[in-house]
Amino acid sequence: MQIVVKDLNYTYSARTPFERHALKGVNLTIEEGDFLGIIGHTGSGKSTFIMHLNGLYKLQSGEIDVFDIKLVPDKKKKSDLRRLRGTVGMVFQYPEYQLFEDTVAKDVAFGPKNMGLDKDEVDRRVKRAIELVGLDYDEIKDRAPFELSGGQKRRVAIAGIIAMQPKVLILDEPTAGLDPYGKEQILSLITHLKKECSPTVIVISHDVDEITRFANRIVVFNDGKIMFDLPMNELFRHADELHSVGLEIPRAVRIAKMLKDRGIELEGDIVSLDDLLRAIVAAYNKKHIDKTVEENINFNAFDFGVPGACGREEGER
Amino acid sequence: MRDVSFGQYYPTGSVVHRLDPRAKVVFSILFMVTIFFVSSYAGYAVVALFLLTVCFASKIPVKNVIKSVKAILFIMLFTAIINIFFYDSGRVLFEWWKIKITLGGIDFAIKMALRISLLVMGTSMLSFTTTPMELTDAIESLLKPLKYIKVPVHDIALIMSIALRFIPGLMDETDKIMMAQKARGAEIDTGGLVKKVKAMLPVLIPLFVSAIRRADELADALDARCYNATDRRTKMKVLRLTWKDLVAFLFVAVFVALIFLDKYLLVGADKYIVEFFTGLAA
Ligand SMILES: Nc1ncnc2c1ncn2[C@@H]1O[C@H](COP(=O)(O)OP(=O)(O)OP(=O)(O)O)[C@@H](O)[C@H]1O
Ligand SMILES: [Mg+2]
Repeated sequence: MQIVVKDLNYTYSARTPFERHALKGVNLTIEEGDFLGIIGHTGSGKSTFIMHLNGLYKLQSGEIDVFDIKLVPDKKKKSDLRRLRGTVGMVFQYPEYQLFEDTVAKDVAFGPKNMGLDKDEVDRRVKRAIELVGLDYDEIKDRAPFELSGGQKRRVAIAGIIAMQPKVLILDEPTAGLDPYGKEQILSLITHLKKECSPTVIVISHDVDEITRFANRIVVFNDGKIMFDLPMNELFRHADELHSVGLEIPRAVRIAKMLKDRGIELEGDIVSLDDLLRAIVAAYNKKHIDKTVEENINFNAFDFGVPGACGREEGER
Repeated sequence: MRDVSFGQYYPTGSVVHRLDPRAKVVFSILFMVTIFFVSSYAGYAVVALFLLTVCFASKIPVKNVIKSVKAILFIMLFTAIINIFFYDSGRVLFEWWKIKITLGGIDFAIKMALRISLLVMGTSMLSFTTTPMELTDAIESLLKPLKYIKVPVHDIALIMSIALRFIPGLMDETDKIMMAQKARGAEIDTGGLVKKVKAMLPVLIPLFVSAIRRADELADALDARCYNATDRRTKMKVLRLTWKDLVAFLFVAVFVALIFLDKYLLVGADKYIVEFFTGLAA
C-alpha cells in the first residue's frame, strides 16, 4: 500500500492579484511504514501539500492515490472522502484550538462518531486513545478541555485523531509553541504512536534537529517544489544546498563538518546528535589506540542545546 | 497581503489608488447623489463613460467591475420584472387579466436597472481602489468636525479599524477550524438546515473562544503600551490633498455638471437625439 502523488499543482486565489502558486508539480510516493519528515522554509507549501492528502483541498490538477482511495480533479467522480478521513488522520498546527465539547471524552469521541461507529466501539476507542497519548482516562474524561494545560490540551486534540485509528498519521508542526520539555514529550509520543497505532507517520517541522531524531526519510520543500527526497542518512551530503535555501543544517552535521575542517574525520553517516556522539566516542577510542589525532578539540565551542537529545534512552523506550 | 485580502481591494498602484481616500469618499458620495438625478439615456451614457474612464485610470479590469453587479443581480431582475408588469404609463403593448405591459413601464424598468447597477459599480470602484484601513482613516478625518459636539470620533475610528483588522484573521481562523473539523469527519456542508446549524457548533465554539482570546490579548497589548484614545495623537500616515486630488475633483465636477445640465436645462437630452436622427433619416 502506498500514497502516490502525481504532478500536484495548487494555486490560491487564482486569477486575482493575490494569486499564489503554492504547489508546482509535486511528485511523491510514500510507502506504508515510512516515517517521513517534511521540512522547508516558511511558505514553501508544506501545509498546502499535506492538506491534499486528506482531501481538504479540491484537487486543481494532478492525481492522488491514498491506499487505493483515488482523488482526481474531475468533479463528476466523487471520492470517498469519509473513508479517506478515516484512513488519514490529520493533526493541525495548534490542534488544541479545535476543541469544542464540554468534556474531554466527548471531544475525543467526535471523530469516531462521525465515522458512524456504534457507541461501544466509540467508547472503547476513546479510552484507548486517551491512554495512548499518556493521559489518565478516569481522571481526565469528564473535565472540560478548556481548563487543561497547554500540553494536555494538545494531547487531547491528538487523541481525538488517534481515536479514528488512522493508518496514516500526519502532524503539522506538532511541537510549535511548546517549551523544551513539552516538545520532548510530544516527540516521544509520536514515536510511541507510530509503534502502537499508525504505521505510517508524516511530520512537518521547522526544526531539522527535531526531525533527525526520528524520521527515516526526509522531504525538503522549496518554493512549492520538492527539492530533496532522501533517506535520512544522506541529508548531510547536501548541507550547502540546504543552507542556500535558508534551512538550518542539523547541528550534528554542522559539528561534524567543523571537525572535518580542522582535520578530524569522523566515520559513518552523521545526521543526528546520537550519531555524532557515537562517532566521536569511536574516534576518541581509536585515537587512544594509535594517537594519530592531535589534541586540539575544544568542546566548549559547540552548543549541545537540545535537551535530552543525547540521553533519550533514559526517558522513553 | 492578508490584511487587505478581505473585501475587494485590487492593488494596481494606479493614480486612482493613490488619491487621498477622503477625496475618494467624497467623490463616491457625490456620485451616489448625482446618479439619482440622471433622467435620460444620454445621462446614463455619461455615467457609463465616467465609470469607464475611472476604470481605465485605475487599471482595474472592466470584467471585475461588472462582476460586482452579480451580487445584486437577483434584486435587479426582480425589481425590473415588477416594474414591467405593474408600472402603467404610455402606450400599451400587451394586456392580459390585471397585467399590462406598457412602453413607459419598460422604459422605467430599464432605467431603474441601469441606475442600480451603475450605483453598485460606482461604489465598488471605491472599495477596489481603497484599503479598508484607508477608508477608516478617511472617515475619521471627515467626521472630525463632530468632535466639537462631543462625538468620540477617534474611538469610533479605532473600533472600526480594529474590527476591520480582525475580520481577515477571523476568516482565516474559521477556514482553519472548519478544515480541522472536516478532518475529523464533520460534515459541515451537507444535510438540512437544523443539521447544518448543529454541524456548525464544532466550528463556532472554537471560533468564539479564539476571538475572545484575541480580543483579550489585544486589550492587554493596548494597555501595556499605555494606549489612551483621548490624548492628542499623531498619525504615521498624514493624509494630504495634492494636485492629483484637485484634477480628480475637476473631473468629477464636470461629470456632475453634465448630469444636472441634462436634467434641468435640456430636461432629458434623449428627445433631441431622437429628433436629430429622425431628421437625418428624413
Ligand atoms: N488560504 C490562503 N490563501 C492564499 N494564500 C495562501 C493561503 N494559505 C497559504 N497561502 C500561501 O501559499 C503558500 C504556501 O503556504 P503553506 O501554508 O503551504 O506554507 P508552509 O510551507 O506550510 O509554511 P509554514 O512553514 O509557515 O507553515 C504561501 O506563500 C502562503 O502565503
Ligand atoms: Mg504550514
